[in-house]
Amino acid sequence: MESCPSIKNILLLDSEGNRVAVKYYSDEWPNNSVKEAFEKSLFSKTQKTNARTEAEIAMFESHIIVYKFVQDLHFFVTGAENENELILVTVLQGFFDAVGLLLRGTVDKKEALENLDLILLCLDEIVDGGIILETDANVIAGKVASHSIDAAAPLSEQTISQALATAREHLARSLLK
Amino acid sequence: MAQPLVKKDDDRDDEADCSPFLGIEKGAVLQEARVFNDPQLDPRRCSQVITKLLYLLNQGETFTKVEATEVFFAVTKLFQSKDIGLRRMVYVMIKELSPSADEVIIVTSSLMKDMTSKTDMYRANAIRVLCRITDGTLLTQIERYLKQAIVDKNPVVASAALVSGIHLLQTNPEIVKRWSNEVQEAVQSRAALVQFHALALLHQIRQNDRLAVNKLVSSLTKGSVRSPLAQCLLIRYTSQVIRESANNNQAGDRPFYDFLEGCLRHKAEMVIFEAARAITELNGVTSRELTPAITVLQLFLSSSKPVLRFAAVRTLNKVAMTHPMAVTNCNIDMESLISDQNRSIATLAITTLLKTGNESSVDRLMKQITNFMSDIADEFKIVVVEAIRSLCLKFPLKHRSLMNFLSNILREEGGFEYKKAIVDSIVILIRDIPEAKESGLLHLCEFIEDCEFTYLSTQILHFLGIEGPKTSDPSKYIRYIYNRVHLENATVRAGAVSTLAKFGAMVDTLKPRVFVLLRRCLFDNDDEVRDRATLYLNTLGGDGEVVETGEDVKEFLFGSLDIPLVNLENSLKNYEPSEEAFDINSVPKEVKTQPLAEKKAPGKKPTGLGAPPAGPPSTVDAYEKLLSSIPEFANFGKLFKSSAPVELTEAETEYAVNVVKHIFDGHVVFQYNCTNTIPEQLLENVTVIVDASEAEEFAEVASKPLRSLPYDSPGQTFVAFEKPEGVPAIGKFSNMLRFIVKEVDPSTGEAEDDGVEDEYQLEELEVVAADYMLKVGVSNFRNAWETMDADCERADEYGLGPRESLAEAVNAVINLLGMQPCEGTEVVPNNSRSHTCLLSGVYIGNVKVLVRLQFGLDGPKDVAMKLAVRSEDEAVSDAIHEIVASG
Repeated sequence: MESCPSIKNILLLDSEGNRVAVKYYSDEWPNNSVKEAFEKSLFSKTQKTNARTEAEIAMFESHIIVYKFVQDLHFFVTGAENENELILVTVLQGFFDAVGLLLRGTVDKKEALENLDLILLCLDEIVDGGIILETDANVIAGKVASHSIDAAAPLSEQTISQALATAREHLARSLLK
Repeated sequence: MAQPLVKKDDDRDDEADCSPFLGIEKGAVLQEARVFNDPQLDPRRCSQVITKLLYLLNQGETFTKVEATEVFFAVTKLFQSKDIGLRRMVYVMIKELSPSADEVIIVTSSLMKDMTSKTDMYRANAIRVLCRITDGTLLTQIERYLKQAIVDKNPVVASAALVSGIHLLQTNPEIVKRWSNEVQEAVQSRAALVQFHALALLHQIRQNDRLAVNKLVSSLTKGSVRSPLAQCLLIRYTSQVIRESANNNQAGDRPFYDFLEGCLRHKAEMVIFEAARAITELNGVTSRELTPAITVLQLFLSSSKPVLRFAAVRTLNKVAMTHPMAVTNCNIDMESLISDQNRSIATLAITTLLKTGNESSVDRLMKQITNFMSDIADEFKIVVVEAIRSLCLKFPLKHRSLMNFLSNILREEGGFEYKKAIVDSIVILIRDIPEAKESGLLHLCEFIEDCEFTYLSTQILHFLGIEGPKTSDPSKYIRYIYNRVHLENATVRAGAVSTLAKFGAMVDTLKPRVFVLLRRCLFDNDDEVRDRATLYLNTLGGDGEVVETGEDVKEFLFGSLDIPLVNLENSLKNYEPSEEAFDINSVPKEVKTQPLAEKKAPGKKPTGLGAPPAGPPSTVDAYEKLLSSIPEFANFGKLFKSSAPVELTEAETEYAVNVVKHIFDGHVVFQYNCTNTIPEQLLENVTVIVDASEAEEFAEVASKPLRSLPYDSPGQTFVAFEKPEGVPAIGKFSNMLRFIVKEVDPSTGEAEDDGVEDEYQLEELEVVAADYMLKVGVSNFRNAWETMDADCERADEYGLGPRESLAEAVNAVINLLGMQPCEGTEVVPNNSRSHTCLLSGVYIGNVKVLVRLQFGLDGPKDVAMKLAVRSEDEAVSDAIHEIVASG
């Protein structure tokens, strides 16, 4: 309990329980088949719940898992049994919203796979070796997008947060010069 | 700037669900990776290839050592490109490949260049990559940069360095510890996450220095922490400090409690919850301290967010185990959670209610649960069943509705574990609540009518055989049992035959009918079933005559085997077929059967609530049989009580000896269980010389030596004492093991002819007042108390002097009296200043005794006690007082 809050894994699965992108930070799952088995049973356990408006939560194999679904994408964050549930859900929300920003609102499996590089960078920016790096979706998306948002796109077509991210990037660049 | 790469696959766009990675193959992608070596790098194409490689890794694909090395070297070429996006992918790729030490050197210079770059993004990521792949030697080279990075203006860079520090502390603590000045500065950072990471690292650096942690906490709790995550950390560290300082100041205000309470008004829910949870987990938390935490948790219960409701109900559930009263305020909110969409929340709510509920709310609660049970998973149902069992033991008067509930759910669909939990619960309730016996047995009978689990059927049949014949109308069970003989598999049929025979043996009026049924079983097509039927018919006298079955026949058929099965198995293996028949009496009867006996009770689990079931009778039976088989002790009468074995030697000495004290009305027998642990020795004529000079009322009357004690084959020797009849005489005995030792040739296993007399000093043994008291629980203490004659009540007050805690004092008195605590009253809530404990037992001479103990703290540590005793004999009541007065 004295330890730093830690994340055991972050999973992004599709509507059949297949991987879109996953990242494990704990060695409780020693190999790929164990990981896949965990994902499959977690998926089937949570599949029927309604986690579309609010993040849901479950105890599963003595982990606490928070999850949220949108379209055909299922987002999961796993933590230890005695972890503060609200910290886990903050990480989940950060990931979820950041992906939303990066995919410009059309969050589905196809879009996610087509922008897999962004998703992977996003995971890399949220948690480092189990330790929470950042939970603010705007900051995460800003860090990931600093190179990939098309600067040429007219501002009117961007959402406010995208505009913010773009502005942040412009500012950063002008400072660097 | 790079567009999201794969979007360019325009030709695939119209195939809606088609993955851009469809049909992707490792070999082909590795080929593609050659573009990394092009003199003119195409950043977008390179990025695409890295993404594909990462995709493969993410799907569980693995690279061979050669492949990984190849990819790694190719990727290092990409440092030439100035494209930020590509560089980011390179960083991720290197981390995924986790290169070996000699490979790391290749990228070190590139990464170190990035680490000192002007681009923040490069600096931050290069630090993370380098620290991930580096080893100790390289670390000293880059230490200077890391220290700078910790105090970097850019929060991303500072966080990267701090988080890397946390990881490195595991492998290179001495280096990271040198950074504490910089880390301390970072704790004051304005950036929220930097503060969080700095605090985590600083605490880990100092965690072994209690004083430093204490100082850290006291300075930060004054309020300079901005980030909610850092605040959560601080709360954790604070509770650690509270826990460690709790030992030295018992009374007075708890340090830092105000800080925790203040955090309950924080604006972030995460912090509020962390503080509330920390308060509920404080050692010996008082209800005054709990109240504000419970209040915020109660608000969370009606939140629209499932996670918040879950967190709150899970914490309250834990609180309910130790402070049920504190949670009762939330009961209304809890009840509405029974219908929560999230079944985890609903189950937690139910089990909390079951813990906090009072007798009057049970019926209402059961109605709600019935609706709820149908739509939750088995794992949750088991939790509910266990909670209901505890509840029933707590409120035995409610057994009717609870038993009905259990039988209803037993009839519904469910897996083995779930059904087993229900059956176990019913069995425990039957054992502990006599009033529930008949209805419980009938429920079990109905269950085996349609039970798909052989294990459960045989267990229930066995249980029926024990309990059924003792009921008022045993005949009604016969039909259920005999139906099994018709309809089940061989295992269950054999079990049913044995159960039928038990009814026949125990209930004479049923004999003729049972014999008829057993005879039909003689034509069964299974050997075991036929054999059992034949055996029972012949031994019980099934040839028409109805005679009372003798005790010895009963004992032979159904008595517990007083030999440990392991010993029997060993002896049978060693037995060589010869003229001489196998003699069961030659099997060693080492009576260390305690753990074995406990396993025998099916489904017995510590429940924590209510009186635990009366100890399994088999041990006592075994002792009784053993003693009555020794002629010297045969006329001592009925065995009143046998103590648990007391060790008289240290572990791992040459000879291991423990003693069991058998108490009779006018005698005491010490049974010394001896084990010889030296392979080269054979002991003969083993006796224990007992010096009873400190036990004046005892006089030695008999001693039974052990003829021979070979290596690792336990044996017993006995010494018997006479004592005044019915008097709880106490005393101290010193013991000396005396024997003739013979050398054994290890190669042949034969002992030499001549032996040497030797002695071995054992520890002292005491007969105490508690040895004269049997632990016998009552299901309803209050009723039992009131039916006892109030004239026989003796009450007095005692000062117990300074004690460590109230709980310690309560335990001491319970142990002194050796009685059974009732209704869970042996558990003292952590912070209470007074406590009432109810005990029941049977005193020597079969006198029922009930004791009501009221404890109170008098001053800071002094414990005062009021002892009220009721028993069937006022002399016994006085005797109890005497025990306490002299104890």
